[in-house]
Amino acid sequence: MSLEPQLDPLTAAANMAEMEPPYTQQQARVEASRCLNCFDAPCITACPTGIDIPGFIKKIEHAKDEAAGRTILEANILGASCARVCPTDVLCEGACVLNARDEKPIEIGRLQRHATDFLYDRGIRPFSAPTEKSGKRVALVGSGPASLGCAAELALLGHEAVVFEKSEQPGGLNTYGIAYYKMPPAISLQEVDLIRSLGVEFRCGVEVGNDPTLAQLREEFDAVFLGVGLGQTRALGIPGEELEGVVDALSFIQSFHAGPLHETPVGRQVVVLGCGNTAIDAVTQAKRLGAESATIVYRRTPREMSAYYFEYELAMGDGCDFAFEATPVEILGDGKGGIRALRCRRTRPAEGGGVETVPDSDFELPCDMVIEALGQEKQQEWLASVLPGLELDRAGRVIIDPASGQTTLAGVYCGGDAVNGGKEVVNAVADGRKAARGMHSAFTGEQVSGPVQASRHGVAGEPSGSGYWEPVRVPERARAKAGL
Amino acid sequence: MADLSTHFAGIESPNPFWVASGPPSNTAYQCHRAFEAGWGGVVWKTIGDPIVNVSSRYSAHNVNGQRMVGFNNIELISDRSPETNLREIKECADRWPEHAVIASLMTDTRENWHDLVKRSADAGAKGIELNFGCPHGMCERGMGSAVGQNPDVAETLVSWVMEAAEIPVIVKLTPNITDVTAAARAARRGGADAISLINTINSITQVDLDRLVPEPYVGGQSAHGGYCGPAVKPIALNMVQSCAADEDVRLPISGIGGIGTWRDAAEFLALGASSLQVCTAIMHYGFRIVEEMKEGLSDYLDSKGMATVGELVGKAAPTVNSWENLDLHYKRIAAIDYDKCIGCNLCYIACEDGAHQAIDLVAPGDRGNGPGRIEGKPIPEIVEEECVGCNLCSLVCPVDDCITMVDVETGKEELTWKQYGELLEQGKIDPIPAHP
Repeated sequence: MSLEPQLDPLTAAANMAEMEPPYTQQQARVEASRCLNCFDAPCITACPTGIDIPGFIKKIEHAKDEAAGRTILEANILGASCARVCPTDVLCEGACVLNARDEKPIEIGRLQRHATDFLYDRGIRPFSAPTEKSGKRVALVGSGPASLGCAAELALLGHEAVVFEKSEQPGGLNTYGIAYYKMPPAISLQEVDLIRSLGVEFRCGVEVGNDPTLAQLREEFDAVFLGVGLGQTRALGIPGEELEGVVDALSFIQSFHAGPLHETPVGRQVVVLGCGNTAIDAVTQAKRLGAESATIVYRRTPREMSAYYFEYELAMGDGCDFAFEATPVEILGDGKGGIRALRCRRTRPAEGGGVETVPDSDFELPCDMVIEALGQEKQQEWLASVLPGLELDRAGRVIIDPASGQTTLAGVYCGGDAVNGGKEVVNAVADGRKAARGMHSAFTGEQVSGPVQASRHGVAGEPSGSGYWEPVRVPERARAKAGL
Repeated sequence: MADLSTHFAGIESPNPFWVASGPPSNTAYQCHRAFEAGWGGVVWKTIGDPIVNVSSRYSAHNVNGQRMVGFNNIELISDRSPETNLREIKECADRWPEHAVIASLMTDTRENWHDLVKRSADAGAKGIELNFGCPHGMCERGMGSAVGQNPDVAETLVSWVMEAAEIPVIVKLTPNITDVTAAARAARRGGADAISLINTINSITQVDLDRLVPEPYVGGQSAHGGYCGPAVKPIALNMVQSCAADEDVRLPISGIGGIGTWRDAAEFLALGASSLQVCTAIMHYGFRIVEEMKEGLSDYLDSKGMATVGELVGKAAPTVNSWENLDLHYKRIAAIDYDKCIGCNLCYIACEDGAHQAIDLVAPGDRGNGPGRIEGKPIPEIVEEECVGCNLCSLVCPVDDCITMVDVETGKEELTWKQYGELLEQGKIDPIPAHP
């Protein structure tokens, strides 16, 4: 029995609408006025792209939403999607000094959304690429956040960027892999349009590897950026995985990004395996698309899950269930090719920090859909085949020079999930921008840095207050005291 | 509980809180509401030849989302006839015999002054306030601040009033003058029983940047308005203290200007006011605010062991000295409580760019990170040898009691600028070297 859509169009749209409503003008001004305007603010340090957060917030307070949006996009070209998908609790808002004054931190994410929406709602293009081009051309493989961050920065620095994407639509996981209530795909696509308006070329439906090969790209272009992310969702390797109704989480999420919401097939009783960010997205989306029950099966306890606590709370609020300390052992068929239930076994903490199964503890969870969200595999084999000589670390991550983003192959740069093993959109954008600056430096010998806050000891070469852990003043002061 | 009853230049009221002359004291209806809410007195909206007002009339200065930090108006005196106003004054005075109903007056000739003064007393007003301060409209007709700004004219008008007055007379002073004590002395010379200050300050609060016309907007134009509200309190305190300290004034002072809380009230009293008038705060929040003011003042007096309001009056006035008498050898410096510091670095950047470069950002070391601060995030450190004790960091710090100013024992005897000059002249002291 194949799975069917569960909801009518209106209900589906209402359930999947963006969770947080946008600010009204007054709400934004009031919230902005709470910001203390810290100097060398911790929120900036906590942001991988180093957005001048107090700067843009004060612009909102003084009714300059367009300027605020420009400040955000100058540092992070995907500012609109990051405003929605960033785990702000653990980044900028988690670092807000108001937490230490026992107050609610500034709602930086919502303010950022207010400012960037102002631009997109009005079709404002906040900047344009220089008319004088360097003549340097860069090929970018994949069109996810890392490549988008890289391509935008390259275009703004006067270089030509060509993005190769195997899917029909650009944007990678930003377009296809974000839970709807966080962000609909239209947000990602409008960001792609902004980047396209800077002169970046997108070639979709082109799979790099055979035609063109990476060797051809390296030959034809002055540099190559690998924004290839991670590979397939890990398979579990238990009996029954071949049954109809077993899907991987990314394919499930992609299915309703590509087609209308109300045409998305979903089970009545859904089980999600795993408890990371994607698992939460999958379980909540299944529930919101009409599943009667949606249950996460996770072999450890809530303390060990890699999902953020606010995601856990969200899933609880959506009425999702959690079977902790249980591991799947077999997917049971209904005899007609579909699923009848998931057989699970209890687990318990084992000595040495792992978990072990409990003998004679099997139980069945009735279900007709199993979504696997066990993390994505690295792409070691594919990378080795298309780019011989590219060095990876033991975990299968691409090794890069942390300053320039260049891999162990000359002229080949990399960033995002392929390098960090799977982090946030904002980390990927920051990586992409860093690689673009690394290329710019290789092309021209010029250094590009973020905004620098001068101190009495003069402006040093390093950026401060822009995502770097240690502000410039400490080493500067040491140098000044040493009489250098 | 301290006794709040007030005896001001012969005017009795159950407490020192009076509704100032203005829009909240325009009618008997408002007067009743004020007394029901607990106010001790009402100074009626200024009575004179009825005027015609414009629309609009008010405007505000907002700061960081806080509305009406400053406020201004281009409204004139009462637009009702003296007959109506005096009839309503009588109604209020009869109904509230323990309270102070005071008639505010503004007119021109000696005859008219005599007439209004007598009719006010006949209506049962407990006192009269002369409006010599209104800075818009009326001054163009030779009244209001046009009088207050000219001590000789003011003295003459006061003497006319005193010829007819059988109830206490308060002269309300304008701050739009170089030396307010000159006007206060004129009031004294004219025979007034008391002064009240400050009236509103000439102002433009804001310009509408779309129309390029200031507010309040009147058909494509605007006019200078009278400024009041919390923002004017420091100016009012300065002028109240100046009059309180002036040997040639020696009149009871009714303090006006930005009073909205018990704290404001206590400060005016401490600098020499013995009754208090409130308008803008009522226009913002209504008459109900008096409850907090009365309770707060009473609690404060109790905490200071003072039985009456009178014991507080003028207590702080003598500590305001001329600069030349301040001790050059007194020293204080800033101290940061790292357990309270939240890491905003506002002290650092204020001192760095705005003052004396006496705070460094340094590795936290053994001072720890403070609440919520990121490990390794630099913390502000006072460079004690550079700190001049200016207070700036403690003023910008957003956490209560995080940066405090601490007295430093210099081991030096008191030396004022005045003494220093004299000793220098006598060759008994070496010049203090200039700051590098």
